[in-house]
Amino acid sequence: MSQPPQHLELTKVDIDFPTPNGPFKALQDINLTINKGEFVSLIGHSGCGKSTVLNIVAGLYQATNGGCLLDGKEVNAPGPERAVVFQNHSLLPWLTAYENVELAVKQVFGKSKSKAEMREWIEHNLSLVHMDHAMDKRPDEISGGMKQRVGIARALAMEPTVMLMDEPFGALDALTRAHLQDSLMEIQKDLNNTVIMITHDVDEAVLLSDRIVMMTNGPAATVGEILHIDLPRPRDRIALADDPQYNHYRHEVLTFLYEKQRTPDSGLSSKKKDEATLKVATGEHKPKAKGEDKAA
Amino acid sequence: MSNILATMGLSRFIENPKTNFSQLGKSLLIPLIGLLIFLFIWEIGAKNVHTSLGTFPGPAAVYQQSLTLIEEHKAERIKEVKFYERQDVRNEKKLAKNPDAKIKVRPYTGKPTFFDQIITSLITVLAGFVIASLIAIPAGILIGLNSTLYSAFNPLIQLFKPVSPLAWLPLVTMIVSAVYVSKDPMFAKSFITSLITVSLCSLWPTLLNTAVGVSSISKDLQNVSQVLRLNWFTHIVKIVLPSAIPMMFTGLRLSLGIAWMVLIAAEMLAQNPGLGKFVWDEFQNGSSNSLGRIMVAVLVIGFIGFLLDRCMLFLQRKMSWDKTVVLR
Ligand SMILES: Nc1ncnc2c1ncn2[C@@H]1O[C@H](COP(=O)(O)OP(=O)(O)OP(=O)(O)O)[C@@H](O)[C@H]1O
Ligand SMILES: [Mg+2]
Repeated sequence: MSQPPQHLELTKVDIDFPTPNGPFKALQDINLTINKGEFVSLIGHSGCGKSTVLNIVAGLYQATNGGCLLDGKEVNAPGPERAVVFQNHSLLPWLTAYENVELAVKQVFGKSKSKAEMREWIEHNLSLVHMDHAMDKRPDEISGGMKQRVGIARALAMEPTVMLMDEPFGALDALTRAHLQDSLMEIQKDLNNTVIMITHDVDEAVLLSDRIVMMTNGPAATVGEILHIDLPRPRDRIALADDPQYNHYRHEVLTFLYEKQRTPDSGLSSKKKDEATLKVATGEHKPKAKGEDKAA
Repeated sequence: MSNILATMGLSRFIENPKTNFSQLGKSLLIPLIGLLIFLFIWEIGAKNVHTSLGTFPGPAAVYQQSLTLIEEHKAERIKEVKFYERQDVRNEKKLAKNPDAKIKVRPYTGKPTFFDQIITSLITVLAGFVIASLIAIPAGILIGLNSTLYSAFNPLIQLFKPVSPLAWLPLVTMIVSAVYVSKDPMFAKSFITSLITVSLCSLWPTLLNTAVGVSSISKDLQNVSQVLRLNWFTHIVKIVLPSAIPMMFTGLRLSLGIAWMVLIAAEMLAQNPGLGKFVWDEFQNGSSNSLGRIMVAVLVIGFIGFLLDRCMLFLQRKMSWDKTVVLR
């Protein structure tokens, strides 16, 4: 623990949700360290607690035990430097696409950009997600995928240091999705911001990520395995389709999801240990990431 | 124009005049038949009701009375004009004799006509409604945003909400006569009394609905606001108010309806100028025409109430961001 402060650090995070039948432990002992500019995917079965992890980093939820540090400072409130692409887009229904992005841009760049610059910046971000043609439409006039894209534009336009994306491409068709994945990789390379993305799509996770964090099933979910994706960038989806390394990574994730975590209510206490040893046994440690070892 | 028609519920006919012609016939015909049946039953029923003031007026008699009321109004206006003309002539003569003479213009003090009473009632109800809204909306937002405030005030609101205007009226009258004392009052005491009674009674639906609307903002939008770190003012203007607007308008419409009902009762009871007083005066008058004249007032009160509600509906449609909701 005597290392210089990490960029983003989750240590021993537990969270209990109060329910009528007593507290519900959704997450237990989450440890994760993320470097600046790293692209991390969270993958796991539905309801395991991925959104909860993201919300803790966003500052929307407070961990019951443990906590989250960003550049050495404790995260205890939300802020625009940790922009969120919400799972259900969360656009303001009374504002047009343009105005939704504008609200965020004014909040972040209200002082540093002129009106014309802001306008240009908003339009630029909307065109990145191919929404420039429907800028003046309200959320109820556009499709689910379009809403999702506006949500992405809103987050991108905030130029966050950490971008938190909750299944950002879930509602999109394959073509748009591929296009947005490519744009995201480019933008992320240019800005070198840190991205944490939740996904259910194994291909997407492998294509985009530097590391894939696989979560065990809830309740009391935790980090099961962490997989380093050592593929050179820029990555090309068509070339990678035949790449044995790429397919090996896919295989790893699929094995985790469909063999190791198949049963929805897998008992955790013993399993967690197994996975921890398994992780060490597979010689997974890369010099880049140190903090994700279980501190216990 | 099309907006007005739309608010009257006739938009269907403008959008597609030709193809929907049979539909137009149907939707105009059925209410018309309803109206005719109503008039028929009224006519028959009225004939069989004998009061101390004569037979209950049927539609024809009531129509006759409405014409009389218009005539009376016109006559009164002519009297007024003549009064001022005479006064002007007198004053001119005075000035001709002595250029330094002080001239007084005395206001006309004729009996207010039916239409004067309508105007008085409308002004009072709108003023009372505006005051109630100016109090209820901010208070509703405060209570809705803060659950502690909500639990503190909810019992009080529930307690005062069902209080009838008739119970407030004596208290308000006494307080106004005690507190509102000035030599040259800007508003008549009776106006203030009606105003306060109307406000007190019509406050609650707006207050409660605004509070509920504000407190039920979706968690997602609150999260957005938090992530963007909107300050409280932007949060209220951009997030809270727009999402509370549908509920707020539901409250405002209820409030305006209550305000109108309460006002008539208050005017009757307190003898404050307005339609209520007109009804009461006619009742006291007890001439053979009184029932017919009261019936005209009843119909006019109903029609104005309907128009007020349509105006609110029109406003609501204008302000509503959710165009998918059918407002009626
Ligand atoms: N505010 C809350 N109160 C109580 N329980 C909650 C709350 N938020 C989440 N949970 C519970 O925590 C668990 C994890 O929820 P979470 O939304 O993080 O799942 P997820 O992994 O994002 O699922 P999905 O992939 O379906 O979005 C679930 O069992 C859920 O019921
Ligand atoms: Mg989720």
